[in-house]
Amino acid sequence: MIPAQFDYVRPAALHEALQILVDRQGDAKILSGGYSLLPLLKLRLASPALLVDIRDIDGLDDIVETTNGLRIGGRATHRQIHENPVVIAGYPLLVDAAGGIGDPQVRNWGTIGGSCAHADPSSDWPAVLIATNASIVLHSVSGSRTVPARGFFLDTFQTAIEPTELLTEVIIPRAPRPSGAAYAKLERRAGDFATVGVAAQLSLGADGRISAAGIGLTAVAEAPFAATGAEAALVGHEPNEATFQAAGIAAAAESRPGTDSHGPIEYKRAMVKEMVVRALRSAATRAQAQR
Amino acid sequence: MTTQHIELTVNGEAREADVEPRLLLVHLLRDVFLMTGTHIGCDTSNCGACTVLVDGESAKSCTMLAVSAEGRSIKTIEGMADGANLHALQQAFWDQHGLQCGFCTPGMIMQASWLLARNPDPTDMEIREGIAGNLCRCTGYVNIVKAIEQAATELRAPASTDAPAEPAVAS
Repeated sequence: MIPAQFDYVRPAALHEALQILVDRQGDAKILSGGYSLLPLLKLRLASPALLVDIRDIDGLDDIVETTNGLRIGGRATHRQIHENPVVIAGYPLLVDAAGGIGDPQVRNWGTIGGSCAHADPSSDWPAVLIATNASIVLHSVSGSRTVPARGFFLDTFQTAIEPTELLTEVIIPRAPRPSGAAYAKLERRAGDFATVGVAAQLSLGADGRISAAGIGLTAVAEAPFAATGAEAALVGHEPNEATFQAAGIAAAAESRPGTDSHGPIEYKRAMVKEMVVRALRSAATRAQAQR
Repeated sequence: MTTQHIELTVNGEAREADVEPRLLLVHLLRDVFLMTGTHIGCDTSNCGACTVLVDGESAKSCTMLAVSAEGRSIKTIEGMADGANLHALQQAFWDQHGLQCGFCTPGMIMQASWLLARNPDPTDMEIREGIAGNLCRCTGYVNIVKAIEQAATELRAPASTDAPAEPAVAS
């Protein structure tokens, strides 16, 4: 399969890339790792007039921990995140999710920014960013703005990014300790997109009850979303099996899956419940370990 | 259509070409450089038959633009053997019957070389996870895993500095 014709530029600096987006508004598409965009181009589902390759722009793949939390550059690959010592030490949810994306070659080149900007309704990172209440930094020639992940994924392949903006960074806040988080993914084949993906994060209060909860679901709606009903079923309760089951039932009820080759709606709802419970068990175990 | 001039390194050799931006790396290798060892399988970044190393990292060359490979160092299956001497992975695939039709083999070997460069002593499961992006429809993977284990063992063995032993001669 051959993509339609396009022009290609590889700016050396962020401001150049942003100016190109203004000059070629609506015509230009950012190329990061390419593992989402190139298949689209080859299938001719997208045919931008210009590709702006951000490969040469310095500083877009940094992973640093600050007082605000973990900042991950948009061009950081899934592998860079998966193998980063800071991530391994403090963000097991990210390790879970990154290690299950695609296959080794995809993880070598695919990036978190590309994945989020592409916004496949079955991709893994959006659920993680939603569960952790992360924010997404968008740059344009007029400056930058920060969009909460919970308001970023608008619809299938639709995000809050304007045509003149470039996703430069995601910021994952540090959860109050003790806390734990985990990603549970049901996939039909190794390396497949999720049939159901659940990111769960729990914080525990001094009384041992759940003081804060984040649940991000992927692959079971038109876009990844926050299971706020499940979150409400968790907060204030003991982190036990009955609580997790109640949260799973709530998450299944607020899912909007479609029937496809991964299975019928009823099956997917049942799997939402099961995977939410599994993610919560892991998250709670990790949270207890911090007490 | 305007073309762009690119320079890159392929198997240690400096190469250049004038290409359309939409040309995929795998087509640069096969159709422009006439290096057909890299195979096109699914053409949808699923099967891994087109796997090559780009700056040492395995990549599906059907999912990278030739222009994006500018300035990078590419290694393909043609760069594995040393003259007539097969690379340890190539010999191991032969010895262990790690192929039947052979279509996936170039990508499988390049991916295995990436794996062994990072993890010289992988477990069976690490090998299976390492080649999860490469599909083989013949072998069931068992002999591919054995071949990669054989190559790993050979590549880990310290290179012998002794002269080859003299054959015993009956006196």
